Amino acid sequence: MIKYSRRNVVKASAAFAGVSAIGFPAIVSGEPDKIRIGHLTPLTGFLGALGAYAQLGLRMAEEEINRAGGVMGRPLEVMSEDSVNPATAATKAQRMLERDGAAFLMGEINSASAVAIMQVAARNKRFYLQIGARSDALRGKNCNRYTFHVDIPSHVMVYAVGKALVRDDMMRGKRFYTLTADYIFGHDLASAAKTFFDQNGGQLIGDELVATDVTEFSPFLLKIRQSQPDIVCSNLAGNQVTNLIKQYAEFGLPYPIVGFNLNTADAWAAGEGNLSGTWPTVWYHTLDVPASKVFVENFMKKYGKPPENHAWIEYVSLKIMAQVINETKSTDTEKLIAYFETEAQFDILKARAGYFRSWDHQLMQEAYPFTVKPKGQAKDQWDFLALGKAVPEPNESLEVLSVTKDHNECVF
Amino acid sequence: MQFEFLLEQVVNGLVLGGYYLLIALGLSLIFSVGGVVNLAHGAFYAVGAYVSLEITKFLGFGPAVVLSPIAVALLGILFERFLLRRFYSADPILSLLVTFGLAMIAEQLIRMIWGAAPLSVNMPAIFKGSVLIGNFLFSRYRLFLLVVVIAVLAGIWLLLNKASFGRVVRAGIQQPDMVAALGIRLQPYMTAIVMLGVGLAALGGALFAPITIVHPAMGAEVITVAFVVVVIGGLGSFWGVVISALLVGVVRGITINFVPAAGEASMYVLMFLILLFRPRGLLGERIEKFEI
Repeated sequence: MIKYSRRNVVKASAAFAGVSAIGFPAIVSGEPDKIRIGHLTPLTGFLGALGAYAQLGLRMAEEEINRAGGVMGRPLEVMSEDSVNPATAATKAQRMLERDGAAFLMGEINSASAVAIMQVAARNKRFYLQIGARSDALRGKNCNRYTFHVDIPSHVMVYAVGKALVRDDMMRGKRFYTLTADYIFGHDLASAAKTFFDQNGGQLIGDELVATDVTEFSPFLLKIRQSQPDIVCSNLAGNQVTNLIKQYAEFGLPYPIVGFNLNTADAWAAGEGNLSGTWPTVWYHTLDVPASKVFVENFMKKYGKPPENHAWIEYVSLKIMAQVINETKSTDTEKLIAYFETEAQFDILKARAGYFRSWDHQLMQEAYPFTVKPKGQAKDQWDFLALGKAVPEPNESLEVLSVTKDHNECVF
Repeated sequence: MQFEFLLEQVVNGLVLGGYYLLIALGLSLIFSVGGVVNLAHGAFYAVGAYVSLEITKFLGFGPAVVLSPIAVALLGILFERFLLRRFYSADPILSLLVTFGLAMIAEQLIRMIWGAAPLSVNMPAIFKGSVLIGNFLFSRYRLFLLVVVIAVLAGIWLLLNKASFGRVVRAGIQQPDMVAALGIRLQPYMTAIVMLGVGLAALGGALFAPITIVHPAMGAEVITVAFVVVVIGGLGSFWGVVISALLVGVVRGITINFVPAAGEASMYVLMFLILLFRPRGLLGERIEKFEI
């Protein structure tokens, strides 16, 4: 048996503790010249399908950037994980910053998880590009100066569809019945919708909260029938919208159905013949812009299917970050924030370039209402949506649909 | 008027309960015969939906609803022969872990084969829309679903109670040693029951695919409800599961009528209350091998 003297053991432990305190730089941060990025998105649960598209777009941008020589001559390495739920998202975000050597954070679709990651970013004073969560509160009362938001907020989606409804004489004097997802995003959407109805003469006769794990809507459909509304309106999220649409078509209720949130993957899943009405979107693969068409073509070549709006938004988000790092020659939080706050323009594959508003860090960009093509006109299983004209219109400021400073609680 | 609305919800809840029943009954059968809580049951439901989606593309909806459960039942042979059989007399925690692991593997396999994006099955045009019976609104498709559930239920009841197959199975549940002493091998019966159970789950998946979306996690979504139904009904009881499935459907409907936000929670409250007063569930039998 080998004998250890007490002194030697103490010495060895002290040495080990000392090394641990200094850290193992080579092991912890990997190859030092890589720029590591922490990315979180839901890959399971009711938003999981959207998160899968998000990763495809992100990976494609990562490959393109690295093939072109990286950023500042350094390759990007995106660490992307399933955010699961708000608590897990926060834990993983903290770990990515603290242990995995992430320079900054990106991602998310779930508004509740996004709030949690925003708090981690603020606590660590690190940059976070919040990509796909749409709740107003994130850029309103929960805002912080370390976070910038790419996707359109809920009130813009309400305006985009609401304006189309006003135009089609489906607003003034009409009685609306809404179904609302019972979490921060749904609540925000419902309150934006209520404001729009109030301002434009629509009447809200019923609003039911629906838990996010509901997949079977027949009792809700019976309730809707009891109230005999003029228009049914969905404030749901993720694949719940698809389930509602399919079951609405199954029961064949006579009231038109519209909604203030529908991601194209969920619209595709509903299938042609089930979907009807007017819905909002931030981007669609048939958008008639040359740069967008190139992106769609490359994406289809790579993955064999068209990109969904979350694939597009992740793709442009990483491109935006690459541009900012190249311009600032840094991944330093303060420098990144300062650059974004100059309201620099970014090409986001739309007719008009976008910019982040300096006082609420929200990307100003075009949005679109969409309807469903008449039966038989779709070229393939992804083509049955008809994209409407961009809002705001070309001669209007990009900010006309967004809340003004005096109506937004955001202060940094 | 208010009463009529409520009655409409009750009737709709009964129809929905029929669908829960398809999944819960198989879970209960496998448990009563093998003593295994099959946490992978939802996976067979999901595979049933995906297989029916593929068959629909080539042969249409009707053949898909028949062939998909048969295909999954054949898969059930492998499941029973190579996996479950090893755990009948083992510590229940082991079979829980194995079937839970299988459920996760199945979900990930589905994601790899069919992708994470939800897919869609369209129902035949004749089933679209609803019919008014009195002032009650019924979806045509769900009426069809109800007919199928009743037929399946009747078939299984006859099989278990009027056929010699059922006599052996029932004897095997209560007195496996005695059955063995009479020179009857229980093994093939076990295989048959597992085939029946997972086949029922697949039938549920195939039938529900047209009114919901087909996605990798659909099995995980349904297993909880199925489990609640079986626990409320009482493990091992045929009629317990039937009553419980209908009860869960009705309670959910009534709750949504008054407090929509609490709809999903209602079944758990129901389970809590029933277990508080009747720990073995509504009609749960006393099964010797599970008593300490």
